[in-house]
Amino acid sequence: MHIVVCIKQVPDSAQIRVHPVTNTIMRQGVPTIVNPYDLFAIEEALRLRDAHGGSVTLVSMGPPNAEDTLRKALAFGADRAVLLTDRYFAGSDTLATSFALASAIHKIGATYGAPDIVFTGKQTIDGDTAQVGPGIAKRLGLLQLTYVSRIVSVDPDAGLIEVERRAEGGIQQLRTRLPCLITMLEGSNAIRRGTMADALKAARAQVVIWTAAEAGIADLTRCGLRGSPTVVKRVFAPGARSDAARMIEPAPTARDSADALIDAIFSAQPALEADIAAAQAAL
Amino acid sequence: MTETSQPNAPKAAPAGGSRATMKKELPERFKSYRHVWVFIEIERGQVHPVSFELLGEGRKLADKLGVELAAVVLGPPGGVEEAVAECFAYGADLAYLIADPLLANYRNEPFSRGLTSLVDTYQPEILLLGATNLGRDLAGSVATTLLTGLTADCTELDVDADASLAATRPTFGGSLLCTIYTLNYRPQMATVRPRVMPMPERQHKPIGRVVTHPLGLVEDDIVTKILGFLPDRDTNKANLAYADIVVAGGLGLGAAENFQLIKALAHALGGDYGCSRPVVQKGWMPAERQIGQTGKTIRPKLYIAAGISGAIQHRVGVEGADLIVAINTDRSAPIFDFAHVGIVADAVRLLPALTDAVTRRFSPHTRDRLAG
Ligand SMILES: Cc1cc2nc3c(=O)[nH]c(=O)nc-3n(C[C@H](O)[C@H](O)[C@H](O)COP(=O)(O)OP(=O)(O)OC[C@H]3O[C@@H](n4cnc5c(N)ncnc54)[C@H](O)[C@@H]3O)c2cc1C
Repeated sequence: MHIVVCIKQVPDSAQIRVHPVTNTIMRQGVPTIVNPYDLFAIEEALRLRDAHGGSVTLVSMGPPNAEDTLRKALAFGADRAVLLTDRYFAGSDTLATSFALASAIHKIGATYGAPDIVFTGKQTIDGDTAQVGPGIAKRLGLLQLTYVSRIVSVDPDAGLIEVERRAEGGIQQLRTRLPCLITMLEGSNAIRRGTMADALKAARAQVVIWTAAEAGIADLTRCGLRGSPTVVKRVFAPGARSDAARMIEPAPTARDSADALIDAIFSAQPALEADIAAAQAAL
Repeated sequence: MTETSQPNAPKAAPAGGSRATMKKELPERFKSYRHVWVFIEIERGQVHPVSFELLGEGRKLADKLGVELAAVVLGPPGGVEEAVAECFAYGADLAYLIADPLLANYRNEPFSRGLTSLVDTYQPEILLLGATNLGRDLAGSVATTLLTGLTADCTELDVDADASLAATRPTFGGSLLCTIYTLNYRPQMATVRPRVMPMPERQHKPIGRVVTHPLGLVEDDIVTKILGFLPDRDTNKANLAYADIVVAGGLGLGAAENFQLIKALAHALGGDYGCSRPVVQKGWMPAERQIGQTGKTIRPKLYIAAGISGAIQHRVGVEGADLIVAINTDRSAPIFDFAHVGIVADAVRLLPALTDAVTRRFSPHTRDRLAG
């Protein structure tokens, strides 16, 4: 089986700081990581390869320094990594991103064999939209299985896959045909510790780097800002509420502070106090 | 450089607005696109509440634009009539209906086919969907097929002076919102998470115009088969998103065991409890307890936030609360910008005292004395 996993380099959100005056994100010096949701996709791909044979290709679109992130991800044991990097991709929204990644996966198919499964994480921690996976599936004409919590079985010879997917109020059990695109739910597995051999291999590995042209993209108007139907017109800090918070003066004892706060709450919401009393009386 | 979400406008936009897409130059073929649509999500016969919330929001947009509001209903015959009637009660002027047994349970192929075909035929200018697993699965495919813009997880929707949809959502990084437009493509698509918009009043309205549309598929056309459905076991467990009272803790509580204090106060008030995202990341609370943009959106009557700074991603999940109470040691924490009542105090010390105060206030003894 050939399995492709789409991953993204994201800033480590725990370390993001916002400039106190300008309110802009201070990206400088913020360490980058593999989007944490993607780790579940990588692990699932490796498990399938280990069980059925074949190879795992990682692909990412990002700035040149995403090469390091791909190398880190390779250390879990994937077979190769492709970085799609070009200034024409700058400012891509989800539609333009799915176009670029779908083009790259097409080229990966032509170079290393057609993929049986394409994985993505559920969403990224920075953009958070969960739209790129479905976008890639649609563009490549792959069947789409989102929010997959468990891969029940894969039969590469018959070209069939059975999965469980998280739906509202329960788990949907589905069977579909390969090739397909899966977005993997978080917590569905635990990423392995790469072996020493994998780490050494990753350190020496050559990440394949493609420009838009090298990925076979002829129409650059479909990339980056120009290929993005959405435009961000305004970025702003949310204002404070017009009426300032009523601040409760702390009392010398926690007990008195608590009583003052509870008084303030129920004088603002008298109906709530009656509701609680009624609910408690009914117990 | 690249964002899989939305471009980082301030950095990316060249000065002078030289970017062609920043200007509205709607191509001729889109000029006939009119009216506001809401996709109605039906799960095992029940309309998801987010669809009604979106009808409420869609009503406002349609009125501003002077156009109609349509509910888009896809489902099996016999399972959709009631849903259609409900949509009228929540403000729809008309309904587009595809009733087909193949739509009995959600699958991407028939639903994206059906919705895309409706859009191509009847050409709405705005299409709203709930940002649920179903809505996101469907919206991503449909927007890609139509090659139009889709803005995820909006917290505010409006139409601006030139009648474009202004979709506002938090940006990455903790303290900013951005307003996103799909100027030159149609429909303008957006998803909104459950509970972000208020539930509109239900009206007694007679059933309105229903436009039926064929799906045009047979089961053999659909590759993906549903083998079964395993309902979640404890369905009657308290639903945080719908609780009237919520008490939540943040990193400021300092340790996993201090979340007992949150649970105790919630219990004393007869409410539910939650937390901020880093608390989940630390493993102090399970993911289903997370409140905010990437967790649950709540609209309780009372929200008490202890040791939570009030970052924008948290704020957008709680702003619908009637009364927000903040407990924080730092007077300059952003949460005091949008709380209604605040106290600068150590939450670890104050929380047990609050539980005690509530218990005393509602003890049978006190109640009797008050009554007597
Ligand atoms: C894409 C994205 C999505 C996100 N989604 C969410 C989301 O859904 N929900 C969410 O909550 N966050 C989300 N975040 C994270 C968010 O930006 C903040 O980092 C997070 O909300 C901060 O959590 P906190 O307030 O608990 O911690 P902090 O910001 O560290 O605040 C802790 C607060 O506790 C106070 N404190 C310290 N000690 C005490 C004490 N003893 N008593 C009282 N107060 C004390 C401090 O003064 C401080 O204000 C998201 C971030 C990103 C980038």
